[in-house]
Parts: sequence; structure tokens; C-alpha cells
Amino acid sequence: MRLINRTPGRLTATALGVLPFLILLLIYGLASQQRLAENPNDKLLPGLEQMTAAVDRMAFQEDRRSGDYLMWVDSLASLERLGMGVGVAALMALVVGLANGVLPLVRANLAPLVSALSMVPPLAILPILFIVFGLGELSKVMLIVIGTAPIMMRDVAQRVRELPTEQLIKIQTLGANSWQVVTRMALPQVLPRLIDAVRLSLGPAWLFLIAAEAIASTEGLGYRIFLVRRYLAMDVILPYVIWITVLAIVIDQCLRLTNRKLFPWYNAGGH
Amino acid sequence: MSFISVNKLWKQYGDQVVLENLNLDVEQGEFCTLVGASGCGKSTFLKMLLGQETQTRGDLLLEGQTFPAEPDRNRGIVFQRYSVFPHLTVRQNVLMGLELEQRPLLGKLFGSARKEALEKVDDMLARVGLTPSANKWPHELSGGMQQRLAIAQSLIMRPRVLLLDEPFGALDPGIRKDMHELLLQLWQEIGITIFMVTHDLHEGFYLGTRLLVFDKVRNDPHDPNAYGATITYDLPIGQMDRSLLQDIDQSVTNTARHQAA
Repeated sequence: MRLINRTPGRLTATALGVLPFLILLLIYGLASQQRLAENPNDKLLPGLEQMTAAVDRMAFQEDRRSGDYLMWVDSLASLERLGMGVGVAALMALVVGLANGVLPLVRANLAPLVSALSMVPPLAILPILFIVFGLGELSKVMLIVIGTAPIMMRDVAQRVRELPTEQLIKIQTLGANSWQVVTRMALPQVLPRLIDAVRLSLGPAWLFLIAAEAIASTEGLGYRIFLVRRYLAMDVILPYVIWITVLAIVIDQCLRLTNRKLFPWYNAGGH
Repeated sequence: MSFISVNKLWKQYGDQVVLENLNLDVEQGEFCTLVGASGCGKSTFLKMLLGQETQTRGDLLLEGQTFPAEPDRNRGIVFQRYSVFPHLTVRQNVLMGLELEQRPLLGKLFGSARKEALEKVDDMLARVGLTPSANKWPHELSGGMQQRLAIAQSLIMRPRVLLLDEPFGALDPGIRKDMHELLLQLWQEIGITIFMVTHDLHEGFYLGTRLLVFDKVRNDPHDPNAYGATITYDLPIGQMDRSLLQDIDQSVTNTARHQAA
């Protein structure tokens, strides 16, 4: 049988999927063990023991200086920025994307600008944001907005334009005005697609968040990682990275399930 | 004055002549089927009736008035596919038109107004035989059911003209037969003017009151786009014999071959 026709069963598929994780863990464990055997104070590849101790210290004990549980404070601060940034960007994407997708006049007017903006490397304008909005929360949120909104705007506009022309004609023969075409045909059909766009934008959003926090912040997951780098505190950095990854996966899955729940017609192939 | 009158109508895209010198008068309540080879302008003519395309020259009049240049609620349409809204259930799909008409801003009905409208909707669904599927999503329906829904959705608006663009082209023969019966029945009950484009000459012969054959009279083999199609046969249905059907079939097939060459 050809290789392209050989499909794994359910159990085999799960095993194959888990395998790379196990291999990575094993390699890390062995390397860490070896280094720690040579030097018990080695900081580069901390063992499970050091990492759990670090997590315990960061998440479950009050910080001696501030009295806060740092990991939770960091998480909350970061998630707030991420949520604000992505939320604002999604809302802007919806408004501009719908207008661009439905109205040819607006499209002629705005689409070139949106395309140009989406090409600007967001990190290159981070200094401008710091100068204009100061070093506070606003500049960090703005970076996420500027980094993710233009691409989502283009995506939403594209999705609207992909709706069959037949539908657009049909709703007009039912007497719809332009506003109703937007609210009753384009908007409801583009919402699930917007959620998909948000899911794809979360990767870049995390990138911009951590970059902004690394440069100017007083708390946040990105801030902490870059802070403890000075002490080579891999025992903090590694759990933080894993924690960020877990958060990202959870958010992504929540969005996926929300999409399924809210738009049954979309996920059952009704589009 | 007739209900719809077409006067020396031409349609060109650049150098390509699609329709030339079309003349036609249609009375209210007629059921016209448009047949012809592909590329012979029958769909283009339908689009002009719909307001999706405008003519290059000539007049297209509805009760003496020029057709509006965009689709409106007086002209219903059923396409071969994608005529229904996937994000609305069967009932909501049919309700849509009533909601749009009564609520320009919200586009939604509530309370007693909604209840009243839903009664009309359910009545319409019963007519097209979709009552058992009233709360299903369109993707749960078969192709024939979806077309029933599309027809119901248009008819609830009581349009003056119903346009059908190869509505049964994607359906199985058996289902197609059921749809023919349904359509004839609805047309007799409501008395609406219908234009139906079809690929299937026999369908054209069976349905409706009038058969319009779109064909090219002149053909330049070196420049197939130089001449457009026009109406070559305009026949009342029921007064035709088999040899005429064969004649038309022959002529249309010839044109199709020329087009393909």
C-alpha cells in the first residue's frame, strides 16, 4: 500500500501525536540531569524540582517586596492588555471590514489605506507609540490593535466579498436597503468568520504584547520573563513560557467552542 | 400597452454582441420559458429583467416605465444555487422579506407583528410542502427542498414578476418533475408572471404558456462574437408538434457547436 493511503487508527494517531512531546521531555530531562550532576547550582537547564519550587514561589507565595502573588498579577495584567487590544482590533475589523466588503464606494476609498497599513511592521512603530501614548497601558494596547486590526479588516472584507452574489441579489429582491444588507445578510454571516480571524490573530497579538511588555512595563508575563533573564532564571522563564502557551491554547479552544455553540449552521457546512 | 415590452434591445460587452434586436411583448400572468444554447444571452436577458445588467441600446419597459437599474422587491429571483441564506432556518428565510419590508431600520419583527407574519410564512411553507422542515437549516435540506424554499421566499413578497434562472438544473430528474408540478400549481394559484431560463428544451416545452428560443441567426465562423442572439421562435405552448421540437433542437444544437468551436 502506498504511504499516502496509510491512515493511522485512533489509538495509533494519539500515540503518534504524543510521541514528539515525550521525546522532547526525555531529551530535556536527560540533558538537565547531566548538567545538574556536574553542577547542582546549574541555572541553564533546571530540573523539575527547581521549576516547581519557582512556580510555588511565583504563584503561591506573596512576594516579599510587594506582597503580591506575582504570577497571577502578571497573568492578569497581560490578559487584560491582550483582551483589550484584540477586542478593539476585532471591533474595528468588523466595522471597517463590513463597510469595505459591502460598499464599493467605501472600498475604493479605504481599501488601499488598509492594505498599506497592514504592511507596516508594527514593532517598527512601537517607539512612536511610546512617544505618542506614553509608557502606560495605552501604548501596549495600541501596539496590539495596530498589529492585528489591519489584517483582520482585510480578512473580514474578503469574507464578505466571498458571500455568493446570488445572496446579495436575492436580498435586494426581498426589498432590503443597504443597511439591511449589512445587518441581515453580511454581519450575521461574517461573525463566525471574524472569530476565526481572531483565533489566527492571537499569535501575533501575543508577540506584540510580550514585545511591548519587555520594553516598558512594571508587570506582565513578558515583563517578568525579560526581568528574570538578568539572573539567568530559567527555572522561572520555562514555566512562564509553558503557562503562556497553555493560556493561548485555552483561549483558542474557548473561541472555537464559542463559534460552534453560537453558529451551528456555520460549522455544519452550511456556508 | 402590454405588461412588459421589449423594444429593439441590444446588449454588448465591448466588441462582443450578446443580444441583438430583441422585440417582445409579454402580458401579465404569462409563463415564459427561455431556452437556447449556452452563451446565447438568455441569462443576460434575465439579468436585465432583474436589474442586474442594463441594456446597451433599446427599451425594456414594465407597464410603460423603464425597469429600475437595480434589483427590487417587484422582481423575485430563484437561482440554480445559493438563493437561500445559510444562517437562517427555513422559517426565518421566508420571514426575512416581510421583516425587511416592515422594519427598514431593525429588519426584525417582534411580538404580535411577528406572529402575524409567521402565520403568512407557515401558510407559504405549507404551499410548497416544507412544513415538516420549518425549523431546519438550509444545509440540512436536499437540493429540491432548497429550491422550494427559495421559491417560497420570493413568492411571499408577491412580486410582479418571478424570474427563475435554471432553477432545477442541479436536481435529479424525478425531483425535477415534482418541482414542475409545484411551480405550475403555484403559478395557477397566484397568477404571477414568470420567466424561466432552462437548458432543457423539453422542460421548456412542458412548462408555461410561451416558449422563447434564443438563438443566433447569423454566424461568422471567423469572429464568433460579431453577431448576437435574438429570439428565433416565440411559440404558444400546446400548439406545437414533434417535428417543430426537432427543428428547434437541431438549430440550438448547431449554434452550441459553433459556440464551442
